[in-house]
Amino acid sequence: MARRRKIGNAVVYLILILMSIIWLFPFVGLVLQSFRGEYGGMVDYLVSKQFSLVNYQFLFGGGSNFPRWYLNTLIIALAVSVLQTVVIICVSYALSRMRFRGRKALMNIWLVLGMFPGFLTMICLYFLLKQMGLTMGGAVPGLILISVASSGMGYYVCKGYFDTIPKSLDEAAIIDGATRAQILWKMIIPLSKPIIIYTALVAFMAPWCDYIFASYVAFGYEKGYNVAVAMTRWVWTNDYQGYFTRFCAGGILVAIPVTILFMCLQKYYVEGVTGGAVKG
Amino acid sequence: MDDTKRDGALSRFFAWLGKDLKEIGLTFAEGDWKTKLSFLIMGFGQLLRGQVVRGLTMLALEGGVLYYVFAFGWNYLKDIFTLGTVATHKEGRRTVYGDNSFLILLYGLLTIVIILALIYLWRVNLKQNREAEQRLKRGKRLPTNREDLASLFDKNFDKTLLAVPVLGIFIFTALPIIFMICIAFTNYDKNHQPPSNLFSWVGLDNFKELFGIGGEGFGGTFFYVLGWTLVWAFFATFLTYFLGMAVAIMINKKGIKLKKLWRTILVMTIAVPQFVSLLYVGKMFAADGLVNAYLLKWGWIQRAIPFWQNATYARILIIAINLWIGIPYTMLIVTGLLMNIPAELYESARIDGANPFQTFRKITLPYMLFVTGPFLLTQFIGNLNNFNVIFLLNQGNPKSMSLAKNAGSTDLLVTWLYKMTINDANYKIAAVIGIMVFLVTAVISLVVYNMMPSVKDEEGFQ
Repeated sequence: MARRRKIGNAVVYLILILMSIIWLFPFVGLVLQSFRGEYGGMVDYLVSKQFSLVNYQFLFGGGSNFPRWYLNTLIIALAVSVLQTVVIICVSYALSRMRFRGRKALMNIWLVLGMFPGFLTMICLYFLLKQMGLTMGGAVPGLILISVASSGMGYYVCKGYFDTIPKSLDEAAIIDGATRAQILWKMIIPLSKPIIIYTALVAFMAPWCDYIFASYVAFGYEKGYNVAVAMTRWVWTNDYQGYFTRFCAGGILVAIPVTILFMCLQKYYVEGVTGGAVKG
Repeated sequence: MDDTKRDGALSRFFAWLGKDLKEIGLTFAEGDWKTKLSFLIMGFGQLLRGQVVRGLTMLALEGGVLYYVFAFGWNYLKDIFTLGTVATHKEGRRTVYGDNSFLILLYGLLTIVIILALIYLWRVNLKQNREAEQRLKRGKRLPTNREDLASLFDKNFDKTLLAVPVLGIFIFTALPIIFMICIAFTNYDKNHQPPSNLFSWVGLDNFKELFGIGGEGFGGTFFYVLGWTLVWAFFATFLTYFLGMAVAIMINKKGIKLKKLWRTILVMTIAVPQFVSLLYVGKMFAADGLVNAYLLKWGWIQRAIPFWQNATYARILIIAINLWIGIPYTMLIVTGLLMNIPAELYESARIDGANPFQTFRKITLPYMLFVTGPFLLTQFIGNLNNFNVIFLLNQGNPKSMSLAKNAGSTDLLVTWLYKMTINDANYKIAAVIGIMVFLVTAVISLVVYNMMPSVKDEEGFQ
């Protein structure tokens, strides 16, 4: 019995080690490439012949707008994170705690709206933003507006969490003379710290990957790009050979802070996705 | 069964409408002159009865809406049946701008919705008047302005909370979707682009083009793309699900050390932004990429494998790379849920002599399927629309001569829709495809949702 378990464990260790290699390989490659001094796209060796910081120097050396793009993305991510969390808390509280006419209808309409693919409305949204002067140069506030405006529809996980907080607490507070606003502020929010952190974290991470809409809104206006748009263009440009290592360096700089943040808040993320998966 | 149900809904609607109309009549007949005047000037009665806040709000809303409709909206609404008749043309050297079909449709729809909203507000206004009148008749006092305002943070807190989100979703989601649904019934494409050209209603022509297989139709391509979309969603969902579960169980196994390390390594793929990791991985498998280079160097192959140029290779590779993204995600969820299965179940299974595979099949799997039903459904729907993986890896390529409208062999419906919007400005067909995506999503959701054992009363937990 003990021997069989030992063999079993050995097999599991082997699989896990193999998996770890596969999972980490691209990241190791990315790091190594970012320090590569030689010119060229993907090369047929992993460890570069000369280590250099030339790619990082390029990013910050005024040769590109990289700092600007980085700042754009950071501003978008922070703003979206805060505003979206506020909106989702408001919607979740109203739908979870209050019973009003049209509540079911509202939830059903939002559910149906959510079944349409997001890119369908791209030209219409672009037009609306253009009317407000929020395209190209105004791409940053424009993207924030678009992300926040529709975020109310993503209330499911948060509402699911609010639903598990006993209603008797509310009733007791009302008897003590608390208003609904006070209940939300003084009771529900402090009790929901994990889910609020989860919501903010997910909202913060999304803008770093936003390529589709961001490229459409900032169309051709370099200073309005976010990192995803700018660097994806580097890989898809005709001069891909010249930009590939720079892409790797930029990718590392984008990935490091986001990854560290994620790892620190991983506990909350797990709680959020698990709760969301079960409650639907 | 369905017919009687609809009949019920319809007759209930008319019953409600009749009752409502009767009440409007009663409000007028029994009302005093303040109420009667409120039929025309919204908020009038409230103002005279001292409910200044309500009265002013109503008055301002009525004024605003009427101003919008007459000063602005009407210009567009009147043309909504033709979408404009005067094309942009040249008079001598001067360009004279004609009607803009895009604006006519968009603002026309907006005006219709706003008028409907005004009718609703008008009804609310009448209700407030009648209620106030009856309260006064019974000798009760009306809520003061201060109480009205305070209730926005208490009894009516839902209105305060939902006002901004509902408005935002209306303007930036609902209105654009209604607009695009309408576009599916027009000929808006690159030859009919406002402001230089008009577009107009064409009825069901676009749908006929979609389903008319052969000839001008591109039904063949549509079903080809739809087929791959479903196959992709199926494999992407269930392979990641079962393999992710297997990984979670392995890491959870008794006697395995460094559990946290293994999990952290896998979770890296969630943390690193996808445009970085997927673009890099995509390049790794290119003809001149790292994978081919090493296989060549070791002499395992003679020529580079065309991972992205061959449709079958590309499809398999995309599903495989998606495992790299998806397994950690499932693993996280399953790890959390594994703890909830009572340990005694496993204990007694072990005493009964069940092997690990049997315990998995009889205990773990049924529990997981039951609990994660909704998760699987949302994953499946999410994968139907999984833009990032396909687009960042190979943009839906390779293209094929046999496919119409620039579709590629790994295009999903959404990436195809995106290409049509961006590259071909074929908005009408993009809108049709969007509606099709909606139909597929809605049908699958409804069918699966009703089959799910864990569909439960949402109030059950409270």
